[in-house]
Amino acid sequence: MSEVFDLLADHPFFAGMTRDQIQVVAETGTMVSYHEGQTIFAEGTSATGPLLILSGDVGLELETPGHGPQVILTLHSGEFLGWSWLYPPYRWTYDAHVDSNTSAIRFDGPRLKEAAEVDPVLGYELMKRFTEMLVNRMQSIRIQLLDVYSSPR
Amino acid sequence: MHPVSCRVRSVGRELADTFTLELDPPSDGWSFEPGQFTMLYAFGVGEVPIAISGDPGDSTRLVQTIRAVGPVTDSLTSVSPGDAVGVRGPFGSPWPTEVAEGRDVLIITGGIGIAPLRPLILDMLEHRHRYGNVTLLYGARSPDELLFADQLQEWRGRFDLDVLITVDHAGRVWRGPVGVVTSLISRASFDPESTVAFVCGPEIMMRFTIQELGRKGITDDRLYVSMERNMKCGIGLCGHCQLGRHFVCKDGPILSCAEMCGAFWTREV
Amino acid sequence: MNKPLVIDRAGVDALIAALIDRGYEVVGPTVRAQTILYDTITSTEDLPIGLRDRQEAGTYRLEERGDEALFGYVVGPQSLKKYLTPPGTVFWRGRRTESGFETVEEDESPRYAFFGARPCDVAAMKIQDDVYLPVGDGVYTERRARSFTVAVNCTEPASTCFCASLGTGPAVSDGYDIALTEVLSGEHHFFLAEAGTEEGAEVLSSLAARTARDEEIVGARRLVVGAADHMGRSLDTDGLKELLSANLTNSIWTEIGDRCLACTNCTMVCPTCFCSTVEDRQALDGSSAERVRTWDSCFTLDFSYIHGGPVRSSPGARYRQWITHKLSSWQDQFGSIGCVGCGRCITWCPVGIDITKEAAAVRERDIRRVKVGIQNVKEAIE
Repeated sequence: MSEVFDLLADHPFFAGMTRDQIQVVAETGTMVSYHEGQTIFAEGTSATGPLLILSGDVGLELETPGHGPQVILTLHSGEFLGWSWLYPPYRWTYDAHVDSNTSAIRFDGPRLKEAAEVDPVLGYELMKRFTEMLVNRMQSIRIQLLDVYSSPR
Repeated sequence: MHPVSCRVRSVGRELADTFTLELDPPSDGWSFEPGQFTMLYAFGVGEVPIAISGDPGDSTRLVQTIRAVGPVTDSLTSVSPGDAVGVRGPFGSPWPTEVAEGRDVLIITGGIGIAPLRPLILDMLEHRHRYGNVTLLYGARSPDELLFADQLQEWRGRFDLDVLITVDHAGRVWRGPVGVVTSLISRASFDPESTVAFVCGPEIMMRFTIQELGRKGITDDRLYVSMERNMKCGIGLCGHCQLGRHFVCKDGPILSCAEMCGAFWTREV
Repeated sequence: MNKPLVIDRAGVDALIAALIDRGYEVVGPTVRAQTILYDTITSTEDLPIGLRDRQEAGTYRLEERGDEALFGYVVGPQSLKKYLTPPGTVFWRGRRTESGFETVEEDESPRYAFFGARPCDVAAMKIQDDVYLPVGDGVYTERRARSFTVAVNCTEPASTCFCASLGTGPAVSDGYDIALTEVLSGEHHFFLAEAGTEEGAEVLSSLAARTARDEEIVGARRLVVGAADHMGRSLDTDGLKELLSANLTNSIWTEIGDRCLACTNCTMVCPTCFCSTVEDRQALDGSSAERVRTWDSCFTLDFSYIHGGPVRSSPGARYRQWITHKLSSWQDQFGSIGCVGCGRCITWCPVGIDITKEAAAVRERDIRRVKVGIQNVKEAIE
């Protein structure tokens, strides 16, 4: 428990939050680790809460019939994995496949949400940070979509 | 000033539209510095600026990688061994390796942008002891469009060079990283206070990359980009390649972000 | 150099003849299509005698002066770049060989004597020297080295002239072989003739010229000084380089872009504009090829074409490029302002865009001052 707290207190994502706030978040988190090749979660299964990647790489994949799994994006250390726990139907929208040995903190989604309901200030601090991360991810994905390397022809 | 007729030794197809020509050098002892380009002339058709993509330590051949995008490059890439291509050059400012000595180096590139960086990497590997950690981050559209794939594989096997590759579109087989090349930066090992970055690729990619590097603490004076503009002469005469007060052909193509003083960020400059 | 001499109209004819004798093709102002244009001349008869030019933004008219002045006008739409870097010059020829191709030797360049070059045009040649000579461009270097310049000091500026504010006129200071100043008052019609080089002195000494009297020198100088005092326009060069480079995002460029037709007239008539492009030609059987240099303009859409489109697509951005290059970046690139104040761009712009007015407008609307102003107001309120 206190190991999770120490990691979060030092983590840039939580910079600017109070110790009390971080403590509440830390209480919903557990240390987890995965080895290369494992599936952290599968598309369609229950979305229980986010993971904060501490080290390693996780590929987001979609299984398409006849084409096998296709990687759409790779997440790296410092990034949060998974957003579908926030809203119904609370089901993962892709597979999370471990590309290289990964250590992470897995958070209990319902407990995190309840803590945010009880303390809206904590909720807002988390939302601010989550949205910044999502905005950055959206920018990157837009650039991916632009196909900047293709021929001008 | 005049194009020198150089015999084509070989033409290798790298990708669907990208070829590497190996030519006799324009003269004995002809040499170039990494980052420089030549004006290649297809007899009677026209001239285009093309990055030199070979080993600067090998003066016995001139290696250039060309993407076929128009009539001149179509002509240049449909030559056969024994044909001749006109060469003027080398032109332009090289990658300033002296600035990187004793420091970590990030080489960030995408697409065909790796062509003018290959001479830099070869040169740095030749003098590896001069530099700290050296990391190559390379992004391509898809796994089929990785330029110099064999060489990348070779470099990946080295212990003194970190090579990280990502693609925009994975396709069926690729299980490596997927996403913009800047997503690899957090995996690279470098000291942001002193690292020098050499960036080359499509302008959008370079703009995005510079922003990211800036956020990581690499200041403008340690960020170098290779710019590209319309060129007709390569020597600062025709006026086409101007970017603010710089002639990309002679003040560039390699410019530091500090030098460009915002021209990079102003529209339609 | 040597003491000023005086010649009369016959002396001017003798001067032209002496230059032809020395193997020069003498080119000077002539009248054609109601415009003063450069052409080959053989005597003073070919000059626009007794004509004056009325120039204003977007306007050019010739009118009779009612006298026999040989140089009673200033500049037409052409400048000496017509001869130093002629459009359509073949600058390289090649022919195929067994092993590839080889360069075909160039023909010899012509030898021009520029007769009647105005101080602004002489200054423009010096500016173009800084562009072409360091690079060793064959076309310009040869023609320039083989040329002879007979400059004519200006005594009656057009309303579009502003050389005085740039220090390029109305008198030549250097860069000429011979300088003439025409003095025409009542019965007196003579030309002060001054040598600027040894060759110039040599040519003058072959004419029947006498030493000028002090009052003739004073009279001639006074006319030129008078011209400096009567300029219709001026360009404030104070801090001009920084002014333009700091105002790239000024909204004025879009406004000018709405007026500018991107017709490229200004760049064609400008004596310092040097942008060019290359056309490639090949014999039908592919046995030989030519590379032809022709004038280009930063106002065309094609000019900045790369990877499928132009970098500068809006006319405002193209106008900004032209004026910023001419008045600001040129200073970083070549160590001087690229404009000589000849006023041609003002006269020949079909919509009358005036470089002096636009530079002043940018100064008026300097965004650096606006920023400082806002800061001051903020501080005052706090």
